[in-house]
Amino acid sequence: MNIWDLAKIVFVIALVLQGVPVLVWLERKISASIQGRIGPNRTAVLGLKAAGFFQPVADAVKLLFKEDVTPGAADRFLYQLAPLFVFVPPLLVFTVIPFGNRIGEEHLQVANLPIGVLFVMSVLSLGVYGVAFGGWASNNKYSLLGGLRASAQLISYELTLGLSIITIILMAGTVDMREIVARQTRSAFLSWNLFGGGNLLLLPSGLVAGLVFYVAALAENNRLPFDLPECEAELVAGYHTEYSSMKFAMYFMAEYAAMITMSALFVTLFLGGWHFPGLVDPADTSWIGGLLSHGVFVAKMGAVIALYIWIRWTLPRFRYDQLMRLGWKVLLPIALVNLLVIAVIGVAWGER
Amino acid sequence: MEPKLDLPPSKPVLEIEQEREDDLGGRRLVVNFGPQHPATHGTLRAIVELDGEIVRSMALEIGYLHSGFEKIAEYRTYNQTVTVTDRMNYLSPLCNNIGFALAVEKLMGLEVTPRCAAIRVILYELSRVADHILSVGLQAMDLGAFSVMLWTFIERENLYDIFEAVTGARLTTSYTRVGGLFRDVPPDFEEMCRTFMAKCGKSIDDIETVLNENRIFRDRTVGVGRLSKEEAISFGLTGPLLRACGVPYDIRKARPYLGYDQYDFEIAVDDEGDVFARYRVRVKEMREALKIVDQALRALPQGPIWVDDPRIVIPPKNADNAPSGGMEGLIYHFKNYMLGHGVCPPKGEIYFATEAPNGELGWYLVSDGSGRPYRWRVRPPSLYNYQAFPEMCAGKLLSDAVAVLSSLNVIAGELDR
Repeated sequence: MNIWDLAKIVFVIALVLQGVPVLVWLERKISASIQGRIGPNRTAVLGLKAAGFFQPVADAVKLLFKEDVTPGAADRFLYQLAPLFVFVPPLLVFTVIPFGNRIGEEHLQVANLPIGVLFVMSVLSLGVYGVAFGGWASNNKYSLLGGLRASAQLISYELTLGLSIITIILMAGTVDMREIVARQTRSAFLSWNLFGGGNLLLLPSGLVAGLVFYVAALAENNRLPFDLPECEAELVAGYHTEYSSMKFAMYFMAEYAAMITMSALFVTLFLGGWHFPGLVDPADTSWIGGLLSHGVFVAKMGAVIALYIWIRWTLPRFRYDQLMRLGWKVLLPIALVNLLVIAVIGVAWGER
Repeated sequence: MEPKLDLPPSKPVLEIEQEREDDLGGRRLVVNFGPQHPATHGTLRAIVELDGEIVRSMALEIGYLHSGFEKIAEYRTYNQTVTVTDRMNYLSPLCNNIGFALAVEKLMGLEVTPRCAAIRVILYELSRVADHILSVGLQAMDLGAFSVMLWTFIERENLYDIFEAVTGARLTTSYTRVGGLFRDVPPDFEEMCRTFMAKCGKSIDDIETVLNENRIFRDRTVGVGRLSKEEAISFGLTGPLLRACGVPYDIRKARPYLGYDQYDFEIAVDDEGDVFARYRVRVKEMREALKIVDQALRALPQGPIWVDDPRIVIPPKNADNAPSGGMEGLIYHFKNYMLGHGVCPPKGEIYFATEAPNGELGWYLVSDGSGRPYRWRVRPPSLYNYQAFPEMCAGKLLSDAVAVLSSLNVIAGELDR
């Protein structure tokens, strides 16, 4: 392991972990502006208020010092384990995501696994264990209901998510993450997978796949309108009702880390990764070019996440059966037909 | 109409609390829905028997917020009891103040002055808006649309500003006195109301834009918690819940008080009887209420706010907050407040019904001729509305129960008194 690898690993972990407070702050500020409020504006470090930017830090510190309660009748082992299970997958997925072009010969990506996308799909599906364990181990009926809902929801929407990822694999002809991005840098916006990956015939399919992926991603992250597992009005806080202190913070952070990962995935698979026509030159391997490509990547993630937040604070939530109906009877058929269309077009008019 | 009811799904609390095995040997999940639960918006308790996510039966337990208001009133004079009434309803306290004063006045055979009546109508309808707008917001919040709730809170804050300017308090208003009002409205009252009405009308439009055609909101509310006309009547439902079932019953029209028959407004009715219909009725009622306020403001007469009866008029005070008129004034003031002298309704009893935001708010008073009520009983609309809750949720999902509960707008303070 050379110094570059170590640096990249540290950087990626920092990117996700430090992204969480930024995201919390962003969410609170955006929701405040939607709701006609001001949002956090009191916390200050050394007299610097920075529009409440340090509020999430204060929250985290508060949570650290809170009493860590384990319910008497809880399954202690699973109860301790569950927060880890939700927290690790989002970090793990980030290892294969190219978060920038390259600097010199070093690609800005921790590891370029040949199975790239498959790795992402398998790791993402681990997240359901944390939620199900948490709900079960708490020995609380609300938690149990939340855990059950979460398991059903995550598994159902994973199918849709997977199918729309498969359409990308068909479009790109590879599961290699770096290659998927590279193929989207060949020309201007139209080479983005969202717009058909360079094949105009695939433009509608690309858009549909992107939409389906986005909706499924919302559901995978338990975000409104799909936040049934925690559903505060019905299940108090769902699967993490009993969690307190740092374990609760882990759940909380995992939710945002998963958002970051999912948006990174969306950017990588659909929005051309670190590429932006006219701004980033794929051939530029200088430090400036590399950092610029990373900046573009983060900016795109920010835009995707802003849409997440906007949706959350606008829509009501689904009912459990409606959620299932949407997943199985609407999104899954759409994704399947879309897959078929892409396959047919790819065979008939493909480039290969 | 012959009420046709199946066996009600509500069961005794004790019976439901024992988790029983069902036919297949699986246990049904018994969930405690309250007294501390985010969806109850107060302290209600419903014990829910779940089969998966489906509500099989439900037992209600009330009394968590019982404060003995009715008993307290037996140790208070009539004007002191006004302060008890506004603690019974934390969404529209002015309606309670006014309703109670009207009941005592009816018992005494008093007719308030036109100005007093007009001011009471304005405040009554503004309170109705305050109740309904929050109720709609909370309903949206329980379905996950949190932002709508905060938008409605902005309007309620504006309303509370008006109430504060008029009564001196935002929540515990205690504004009415028997035979009049605590004080006249401030000079810029009309302007404040007009400013609010313009803003509020726009807010209601915004809420309707976000919710009315929202597919998710409609999916969650249309056909949920549906009650038929007959069921609604046999449960004794009143107010928006009854009108949402297609019964055009409004006490302001059926038995007008405060000169409601002079105002031009419509009864908001919807035929569906589901949660969405209740939402629509509430929204329409807010618009009608604003219409009434507009008419009342336009015709707000000048003149005294107190009836012309020195026995009950609370005498004015001077700048030092002392009774004006020297020694004589002091004696007059003292006599008025002495037990058995001021407000002493004649022996008798009365039931006076008002159309509060939640339904028929009835005031039953028994007077033994002294300065205190012999017995006071309130007919709270929430109590009756809440009884229909298990019926509306039977066989539905837990999420529907939440939607139904917030559409009932149960006010625990009024429910338990």
